[in-house]
Amino acid sequence: MRSNITQYELVAPKSLDAILQILADSPDRYTPIAGGTELMVALGAGRLQQKKLISLWNLGELRFFEVTPDAVHIGAGATFTDIRNHPVITSELSLLSQAASWTGSIANQNRGTLGGNIVNGSPAADSPPALLAYDATVTLVSTRGSRTIPYRSFHLSYKKTVLAPDELLHSITLPRNLIGYKTYIRKVGTRNAQAISKVAIAAIARTKHGAIESIRIGAASLRETPARLIATEQSLLNQTVTPATIAAARSALLSETLPIDDIRSTAKYRAAVAANLLEEFLHTL
Amino acid sequence: MTSQPQIVGNSPIRKEGIAKVLGRARYVDDITLPGMWFGATVRSSIPRGRITSIAFDPSIPWHEYTIVSAADIPGENCIVHLTKDHPCLAVTHVNHCEEPILLLAHPNRSALPAAVAAVHITYEELPAIYSIEDSEKKEQIIWGEGESANTFKTYLMQKDQKPIPDEIWQTADYIVEGEYRTGAQEQLYIENNGVIAEYDAVKGVTVQGSMQCPYYLVHALELVFNLPAEKCRVIQTETGGAFGGKEDFPSVIGSHAALLAMKSGHPVKLCYDRAEDMAATTKRHPSRTRHRTAVSKDGKLLAGEIDFAIDGGAYATLSPVVLSRGTIHAPGPYHWPHLTVRAKAMTTNIPPHGAFRGFGAPQSIFALERHMDKIAKVVGLTPEEFRRRNFLATGGHTATGQLLKDPVDMQHLLTRALEESNYHAKREQFDRDNPTSTIKRGIGFATFFHGAGFTGSGERRLNSLVEIELTPEGQPRLLVSSTEFGQGTNTILCQIAAQTLHLPYDQILIAQPDTGHVPNSGPTVASRTAMVVGKLVQRAAQSLLATLAPLLSSRSAAEGPAVASELPHDYTPEDFRHAALHYLAEHGSLKTEARYQSPGDIFWDDETYSGEAYPAYAWAVYVAEVAVDTTTYSASVTNFYALQEVGKVLHPILAAGQIEGGVAQGIGYALYEKCTWNNGHLANNQMTNYIMPTSADVPPIHVTFEEIPSPHGAFGAKGIGELPMDGPAPAILNAIEHATGIAFTEIPLLPEDIFERMTRTPEAGSESLDTAVAGPIFSEATA
Ligand SMILES: Cc1cc2nc3c(=O)[nH]c(=O)nc-3n(C[C@H](O)[C@H](O)[C@H](O)COP(=O)(O)OP(=O)(O)OC[C@H]3O[C@@H](n4cnc5c(N)ncnc54)[C@H](O)[C@@H]3O)c2cc1C
Repeated sequence: MRSNITQYELVAPKSLDAILQILADSPDRYTPIAGGTELMVALGAGRLQQKKLISLWNLGELRFFEVTPDAVHIGAGATFTDIRNHPVITSELSLLSQAASWTGSIANQNRGTLGGNIVNGSPAADSPPALLAYDATVTLVSTRGSRTIPYRSFHLSYKKTVLAPDELLHSITLPRNLIGYKTYIRKVGTRNAQAISKVAIAAIARTKHGAIESIRIGAASLRETPARLIATEQSLLNQTVTPATIAAARSALLSETLPIDDIRSTAKYRAAVAANLLEEFLHTL
Repeated sequence: MTSQPQIVGNSPIRKEGIAKVLGRARYVDDITLPGMWFGATVRSSIPRGRITSIAFDPSIPWHEYTIVSAADIPGENCIVHLTKDHPCLAVTHVNHCEEPILLLAHPNRSALPAAVAAVHITYEELPAIYSIEDSEKKEQIIWGEGESANTFKTYLMQKDQKPIPDEIWQTADYIVEGEYRTGAQEQLYIENNGVIAEYDAVKGVTVQGSMQCPYYLVHALELVFNLPAEKCRVIQTETGGAFGGKEDFPSVIGSHAALLAMKSGHPVKLCYDRAEDMAATTKRHPSRTRHRTAVSKDGKLLAGEIDFAIDGGAYATLSPVVLSRGTIHAPGPYHWPHLTVRAKAMTTNIPPHGAFRGFGAPQSIFALERHMDKIAKVVGLTPEEFRRRNFLATGGHTATGQLLKDPVDMQHLLTRALEESNYHAKREQFDRDNPTSTIKRGIGFATFFHGAGFTGSGERRLNSLVEIELTPEGQPRLLVSSTEFGQGTNTILCQIAAQTLHLPYDQILIAQPDTGHVPNSGPTVASRTAMVVGKLVQRAAQSLLATLAPLLSSRSAAEGPAVASELPHDYTPEDFRHAALHYLAEHGSLKTEARYQSPGDIFWDDETYSGEAYPAYAWAVYVAEVAVDTTTYSASVTNFYALQEVGKVLHPILAAGQIEGGVAQGIGYALYEKCTWNNGHLANNQMTNYIMPTSADVPPIHVTFEEIPSPHGAFGAKGIGELPMDGPAPAILNAIEHATGIAFTEIPLLPEDIFERMTRTPEAGSESLDTAVAGPIFSEATA
């Protein structure tokens, strides 16, 4: 433990309203902590700058699922284990439960939340590619009210999001209109478990008379934020899968991604493997 | 006559197993002493340079801290291993990142990180070197001078002490060359390095902690404190894994904590966290091996030249002996009519490398076993047939000239391993399926040996001593400095004593290794515990029995002092206890001992590097199956077969555990674990980015044994601890060559490396990937 924990303070109000009030009264002073599986790592390593923490852990108002005929609403406080156990998600939105299943370890999944995974803003996080493929929306709350925006506009730049200091991520909404879609998700990590992804792709697509009429692709570790691959999608719309369209899609993918060399992999490797994963998906259509 | 159940060869519950499972075992960080303070280390942030200033930031209340510098060392500023080159604390110069410069202690553990960060050190930086090649250039001399500039040690090992005749090279049908490299590897014991030290002006220094070799630390403390051995007491606490990483390093952390204890006047606990342990402590030596081999058309090895170089890091530590084991294992289990091995350990500005399971052998064996597959291909034989034509056998001589007296049957081991792994059928099946699959499968193997015990004259020099005493309750207690760190020392030594004394296993006690009470039975390293120390335990137990004989059986008493073959055996545990108590009532105490006696026929010549390198060898054939995914360029091991001949297996469950663990570690060595150095600083000193395989990356491991009892070990045991580290990496890369047709020569082999090779364009001047071509480095000699 490289931090002096006596220098830290944690409050744990019992209701969402009370939390939002504290955030409103002193914006910039409190940092939300949900499962703590990101923040505790920083604390252990002696690099957690924020000294005042406000706990969201296990708050019923954030740890919920609501299923309507059109959508599934997932509270930001739902854990990966909650998600893996949810029957509608595992049957209809399995890209997300898949992603949850290979996030960290079982202990991590019992503690880590979907909200924490998103707000933390890592380009390598496991749930964002699935959320992008499903075209999720996110609902943000504060004492000023709530707003719902497409998840694809949530991340602004590396680890920067649209969240205001007094605002919390409340829930994530996934539409259920997926009849006829083929789906794909693959994480290429540093090992088979307890791995941060070197590259990951989640995608869904529907074809009509052999041509792709709808496609959405989400990717991890290819840009400074989790990324929807819009240009790649465009290159494939209304196309049939042929060697030529695959080649065009591969080059579109390379044109809209900016992978980097880092401690886990190389930019060249990431780009090539991302294109291979895309191709693997296209072969299934 | 009471029938004695067979204890050796069965798998009784581990001696310390219950305490570990119930969480009662106390590791060093679980222990608190009254008035104890905590220590921390201020380290170099640069790889090489001169210290120009040290300033203490005024934001810290320094009067609360104890600060130790080299000036506080009462004895020599030196951590002694084999050479006196390694400062305990840096004074004017630093030679690697994380080199200790100052030590701090404070009553409050959490007050330390900020204080460490508030010591501002400035340097005049000097150019640093990080590779064997840069060290060889000698543009920068960072260690030694003249012949030994940048060179910790060299060896020349020649078959029959003769150079290879020139005509061999001129007339050989083939000359095959190759270069192979292996990387550094972190031991990753679960418990980091840690100790608690106390100092008393009269009694001297006491250090307890996590370690393999308590007497090594005694030796180090004697020098640092200028105290006699009796005033340097070392106690091993429950140790959570070691793998060699707690062989030499405790001398460093133990000396540091003791200095803080002396100056502060308090017991001081110094325990590293994972990041510090990974960045600052020893790793496996990286290596480069060059082979040049003369072979005949019919696949006989004619001569070999092996250049073996290891990167020792900034100080010598154990590099000379790591190099020695690597040198002796470099020729493998083959007959070489002529052989020259030139070996050297080079200096770099990387934190010193040290002991790690296998100790130089995994490096040179990796090179040899890859090279054997290469030669086979050049000669046009299968890897199997080529090895069969060159195996050593009973009555043969190793490259050091050692006659193999005890039975060796590599032919049979290979036959059995290939059968059990269904090698031939799988090879055919993969050849059929691969062309149409994005997943390329392969199967490969390695054949190898590992010497048990200290190299050469080592055991004679160690002169180990084992004692057995009777407790006041009449129970035998083993007194050894051999340590338990998860591998099973306590259990097997107690099994041996129980079997010898005809007592139930649970009636044998083993003392905590405390140099105040236990004799020096040598370090717990080098696959020597079961064989060498086990034999001493057996002899000390026989001597105990001989002493008690008159009280146990009237027959032997009548015949005078019993000899081993006539020791009593027809008594019950109750009879034994009565005899023991009777003896104690009469004499007060009983302690018997056994000291190492070199077998009469073991001779080693350090000058010519020839003779009996090890009393016994374990022999093995490992078979790996791999899958290489051409979508992600990642290779994984999908199945593994480990067959070995290790003498008598004392405890089948522990033995299989040793093999499985070693294979898993070998898989990490081959395909996952890479130390990423950034200007001499380990950049991935966390388990997130240092990729050790998980259980999800390790395949089923099928472990089988052949048992040919060895005359050198207790009940015929030889050593097994290090053996399983040697075979996996070459077997895996041989399998990857089968799967992909690419002859990789370097480990760790990561997906990025496979990607680079598979996507390299011929225009870029690469060698052909065609399986039929061995590559440009083999040349067919014109006779
Ligand atoms: C050993 C280990 C392995 C891991 N493996 C993986 C992996 O394989 N894949 C992966 O993607 N991640 C992995 N992680 C990272 C982590 O577990 C996940 O990112 C997890 O989802 C974080 O959620 P949390 O609730 O624990 O976040 P916390 O640590 O509590 O918070 C993370 C960030 O989100 C903010 N936050 C949390 N909830 C809200 C909210 N409702 N509104 C506003 N801000 C909020 C916090 O302020 C903080 O900045 C791993 C972590 C560890 C320790």
